[in-house]
Amino acid sequence: MSEQNANDAGPAQQTEPAEHVVLEEQIDLWRGYVQRRRAISAADVDEMEDHLRGQVSDLTASGLEDEEAFLVAVKRMGNLDEVSREFAREHSDRLWKQLVLVPEDPGDGGRWRELAVVLALAVGAGIVLKVLLAATTGNELVLVRNAVFAVLPFLAGYFVWKRHVPWRVSALLVAVTTALALVVNLYPFEPGEFDAPGMTEFLAITHTPVVLWLLLGVVYAGGAWRSSARRMDFVRFTGELIIYLALIALGGGLLIGLTFGSLSLVGVDFEPFLGDWLLPFALPGALLVGAWLVEAKKNVVENIAPVLTRVFTPLTIVMLVAIFVVLLVNGPLTAVDRDLLILMDAILVLVLFLLLYSISARDPLAPPGIFDWLQLVLVGAALAVDAVALTAMLTRIAEFGFTANKVAALGLNLVLLVHLAWAAWLATGFVRGQRAFGAIERWQTQYLPVYAVWAAIVVVTFGPIFGFA
Amino acid sequence: MHIDKDLVAASATPLVLGILADGESYGYAILKRVNELSGGRMEWTDGMLYPLLHRLERLEYVKATWGTSDVGRRRKHYAITASGKEALAERRQQWAVVSDALKQVWQDVQPGPAVAEGWA
Repeated sequence: MSEQNANDAGPAQQTEPAEHVVLEEQIDLWRGYVQRRRAISAADVDEMEDHLRGQVSDLTASGLEDEEAFLVAVKRMGNLDEVSREFAREHSDRLWKQLVLVPEDPGDGGRWRELAVVLALAVGAGIVLKVLLAATTGNELVLVRNAVFAVLPFLAGYFVWKRHVPWRVSALLVAVTTALALVVNLYPFEPGEFDAPGMTEFLAITHTPVVLWLLLGVVYAGGAWRSSARRMDFVRFTGELIIYLALIALGGGLLIGLTFGSLSLVGVDFEPFLGDWLLPFALPGALLVGAWLVEAKKNVVENIAPVLTRVFTPLTIVMLVAIFVVLLVNGPLTAVDRDLLILMDAILVLVLFLLLYSISARDPLAPPGIFDWLQLVLVGAALAVDAVALTAMLTRIAEFGFTANKVAALGLNLVLLVHLAWAAWLATGFVRGQRAFGAIERWQTQYLPVYAVWAAIVVVTFGPIFGFA
Repeated sequence: MHIDKDLVAASATPLVLGILADGESYGYAILKRVNELSGGRMEWTDGMLYPLLHRLERLEYVKATWGTSDVGRRRKHYAITASGKEALAERRQQWAVVSDALKQVWQDVQPGPAVAEGWA
C-alpha cells in the first residue's frame, strides 16, 4: 500500500524547498485550526495531516498546483464542524469538559445565573444545617446522623436544575432518600459508651453518605445512569471535587487561622461565631461552590488527577511491598483485629481510587505502556497484602465469632476484592494485547452500583440483624 | 453520483472491514481503495473516515499501530482482528439478504431511467 504514496510531498520538498513553503504554511494553519476543536486530539490531527498530504501529493502529481491541490484536499476532508461532531460522538470523554461549558443560552448571563443558583442553594443548605444545629443542641449524634441529609439534597438540586432531570427520577430519589433518613433516625439504635454511637449506628452513619453520593450520581448523569460514559463522568467529577475541596479547605483554614490570631490579639473570642455561624454556612458552601467549579472550569484541575495518580502509583507499590514483607516476616498475625481489616479496606480503596482516576484520564485508544504494567503491579501487590490479612482475619473470626463491625469490614473487603481482582484479570489481558482498553473501563463503571447496594444493605439490615447493638 | 448519506453510513463499516481483510492499511489508502472499488462514484467525506476507524478500534474490530511512512511521517496503520472478521462475515450475510431482495425488486420494476434516478 505504501508504494502508492511514493511521490509524497516529502521527497519533493527536499529537492525543491522554495516551492512548497506556501503549502507548508497552509498545512500549519490548517493544523492549528483543526487542533482548536476539542474533540479532535493531536494524534487525530497527525493522522488527518498524513491523509491531507497524501491527497495533496497525489493531486499535484496529476498536474494541480500546490495551492489548488491543498484547497481540493481540505474540501474533501469535509466540513470541519461535522467531522468534529463525529469525533465527539466517538470520543465523548474528550468533550465532557466542553459539554457543560456551552450554556443553553450562550453569553455571560447564563454563567451568572448559574452562580446565583449555586449560591442560593448553598445558603439554603447553610440555613437547614443551622436549624439542625439549633434543634439538636446537646445531642450531637442526631446532628451527625442528619448532616448529610441536610446538605446533599441541595447539591442534587443543583444538578436537577442544571441537567433538567425528569421529575419521575427526582421523585424516586427523594423517596429513597427519605426512606434512608427514616431508617437512620427511627431505628432503635442502642447507644455505645460515653455518648459514642453503638456499633450498628456507627455503621449506618458511615454508610449513608456512600448511598447518597451514588444516588447523586443518578442526578449528575441527568437520569441516564445506565450510561457507562456518564458514570465515568461522575467518577471524574468526584475526583476533581475532592481536589477542589482540599484546595478550598486549605485556603479557608488559612483565612480562619489568620482571623483567629488577629482577633485573639485584641481579646475577641472568634470561636463561638466560628462554630455557630461560619462553619454551618462555609461547609455546604464549599461543597456547592466546589461542584460548580468542577462543572465550569474542570479543565484547570483535570490535568492534576492523572499527574497525582502517576506520582502515587509507584509510591503506593513501594508501600504495599513493604507492608507485605513486614506482615510475612513478623507473622503469624496473632494480634489482628478489626482495625487491621479496616486498614486493609482503606488500602484497597486507595488502590481503587488510583486505578479509577488513571483509567478515567487515560486515552482509551493508546496502546499499553509501562504505566499500565505499573498499575497491574499495584493491583497485584494490593491483592497479595489483602490475601495475607484476610486469611489471618478469617481464622480470628472463626475463633471469636462475628460482630457487626467485622461483617461490615469483611463485606466491604470482599466487594473491593472482587472489583480489583477482575480489574487485574482484565488489565492482564490488556497489557498482553489480547483485549482492548474499553473492557477495563466498562468493568469499572458497571461495578459502581454494587457499592451503593452494599452500603444500603449495611444501613438498612445491620441494625435488625445485630440487634441494634 | 450523489449517494444518500444513510446508505454511505450503512455500507462504510463492511467496506472498511473488507478492505482491511485484504491486509493492513492506513486512512488515505483505505479511502483510495474505496474510490477504486466504486470507480470513483462513491465519494466519502474524507474526514469522516477517522471517527469510523476509531469506532471500529473501540469495538475491537480493528487494531491500530503507529508507524512511519516512507518519508518519515507518523502514520496510523489499521489491521483487522478476529472479531472484526466475524463482524465482517455477519455484515456480509446481512448485505447478501438485502441485495437479493433489492435485485428482485429491480427486476419487477421496469427500469425507466427517471425512476432509477429518483431512487438512487
